Amino acid sequence: MWGVARRSILGSFPVLLIVSLITFGLMRLIPGDPSAAIGGLSATSEQLALIRLELGLDEPFVVQLALWYGELLQGNLGRSIMMGQDVLQVTMIRLPVTIALSLYALVLTLLLGLASGILAALRQNTVIDQLAMVFAMIGISVPSFFLGLLMILLFAVHLGWLPTGGYIPLWQDPIGWLRTSTMPALSLALLQMGLLARITRSTMLEVLRQDYIRTARAKGLPRRLVVVKHALTNALIPIVTVVGIIISLSISGAVVVESLFSIPGMGQLLTQAVLNRDYPMVQGGLLVTTAFLVMVNILIDIAYAILDPRVRYERS
Amino acid sequence: MNGPDTILAAGAADDAPLEEEFEISAKRQSPWRMTVRRLFRHRLFLMGLGLCSIILVAGMLAQLIAPVDPTRLAMRWKFRSPGMDGFIFGTDNFGRSLWSRVIWGAQLSLYIGFSVVALNAVFGTLIGASAGYFRRIDNALMRVNDALMAFPAILLAIAITAVLGPSTFNAILALSIVYIPRTARIVRASVIVLREMEYVQAAVAAGAGHWRILRRHILPNAMAPLIVQLSFLFGFAVLSEATLSFLGLGAVPPTPTWGNIMAEGRQYLVEAPWIITIPGIALMITVMGLNLLGDGLRDVLDPRLRIQQ
Repeated sequence: MWGVARRSILGSFPVLLIVSLITFGLMRLIPGDPSAAIGGLSATSEQLALIRLELGLDEPFVVQLALWYGELLQGNLGRSIMMGQDVLQVTMIRLPVTIALSLYALVLTLLLGLASGILAALRQNTVIDQLAMVFAMIGISVPSFFLGLLMILLFAVHLGWLPTGGYIPLWQDPIGWLRTSTMPALSLALLQMGLLARITRSTMLEVLRQDYIRTARAKGLPRRLVVVKHALTNALIPIVTVVGIIISLSISGAVVVESLFSIPGMGQLLTQAVLNRDYPMVQGGLLVTTAFLVMVNILIDIAYAILDPRVRYERS
Repeated sequence: MNGPDTILAAGAADDAPLEEEFEISAKRQSPWRMTVRRLFRHRLFLMGLGLCSIILVAGMLAQLIAPVDPTRLAMRWKFRSPGMDGFIFGTDNFGRSLWSRVIWGAQLSLYIGFSVVALNAVFGTLIGASAGYFRRIDNALMRVNDALMAFPAILLAIAITAVLGPSTFNAILALSIVYIPRTARIVRASVIVLREMEYVQAAVAAGAGHWRILRRHILPNAMAPLIVQLSFLFGFAVLSEATLSFLGLGAVPPTPTWGNIMAEGRQYLVEAPWIITIPGIALMITVMGLNLLGDGLRDVLDPRLRIQQ
């Protein structure tokens, strides 16, 4: 397991290096003078000069890069133009909101997606299977913001059960958090549920076809035991890797869902930063979020090694 | 790490019956014709084809079936519900015909989706095949690929459009940059397997050059997973473009896209729910149609395609 962990952590370094290079390079793609884009139309030439000085824009490219990495290693991602605050600080306040929402969506996804996928596989080619797959197909085809708008219309406007938007922190009022987060989490989860149900079904079908399942049945084990002990434990292993993709999708989906439900998370922050041309914020937010996802994937690699002894022995 | 498209492709109907053609006929059947025949027997594929055709025909005949300018303002006709005063889909807050707007939006969605797919087909194949075939550059190319795939897809697309500015062209560019690494990965995976095949070794021994081997022996056999990937990608691109323009980062209004129609309709959710519902349903039909096509193509072309570990 430690071998896998080490390998996975070491493997993430080049990825993080290139990710940071891309985020750095992105800023340099701004057409024309970045300081003019950042300062806006009303900026005076002194203000522009100040921005250029602060970002080191007058230095040669290599020096800029070195300066940027120097700051990065000290945890300094610059200052948000929109809010005037430290980018890293703002990110650290906003990211947990998005993570909480994503985790809620993940729980819904795992419960409903796994259950419907397993059920569909066990009842292959029956009405249950077909219904589950129709729902999964709808899930991967409905845009999250459309689902969100429809839910607002039904549950908030017509029935008045849930608020149309806004956010109550989890640690302040858990019930309030559930009330404000349920519709956003559901809009996020539908796509993932569909994906997970489809993949669980095909993985289960594959496992159920294996010889060892037939052997287990042939030696007289009850079907239920075979399904739970032999089929499910083996089918779950590849599904663990899907969780990483689901979390990445959640963070992507949160961009639009948070804007829709006015939840003050990373998604809303970055959308506003983009619309306000707050480049340091976009750059820093993108980098921190991606670094977070890389870490999630390291954890998943380790979990994978724990669950699957073959991986553990082969790679170490 | 797999892309979302890879998971999509590893989806549901991998157990659909594939009737082998046992009939002995005097005529030799080309593999191409056999594939088409199988596709036309696949019910979900036909359903997808039907759904996509609706949108495709609507988009292509936009000038003909929706002659009213989708950007024409007519304040005295505002908020007509569907069917009222001869407006098939009603009107929005500026009295613009939603029928026109949604149909012209279809044209734009398809244009963007198609462009992203075309760019992916070209550059995904180029990068994937080079990495898979010339192992010396594999590592470097795949590290960059992995890094691009580590970004959350929409977030990267948003950051790119933030830098380049919102426009139709930039949306195409941003979505292509986001999805090409995922396509390249799939092409690379098949090329790596194919280049070790004996018939490829035989071609090498016979003195064929790299270009000829790639073009004649490897790429034609790597097409099946690529085609499946591209059909799912089309749906993803349409969906992502709608998301971008819903956030105000796609084509600039008043150009109608499904995403920006819905973004504008959001404020009138209660008094005019059709403004969001109609483009939403159009979007759903398109994406579902493309997903069904993808499922069908996967079953017929590549029944063994699973999640690549």
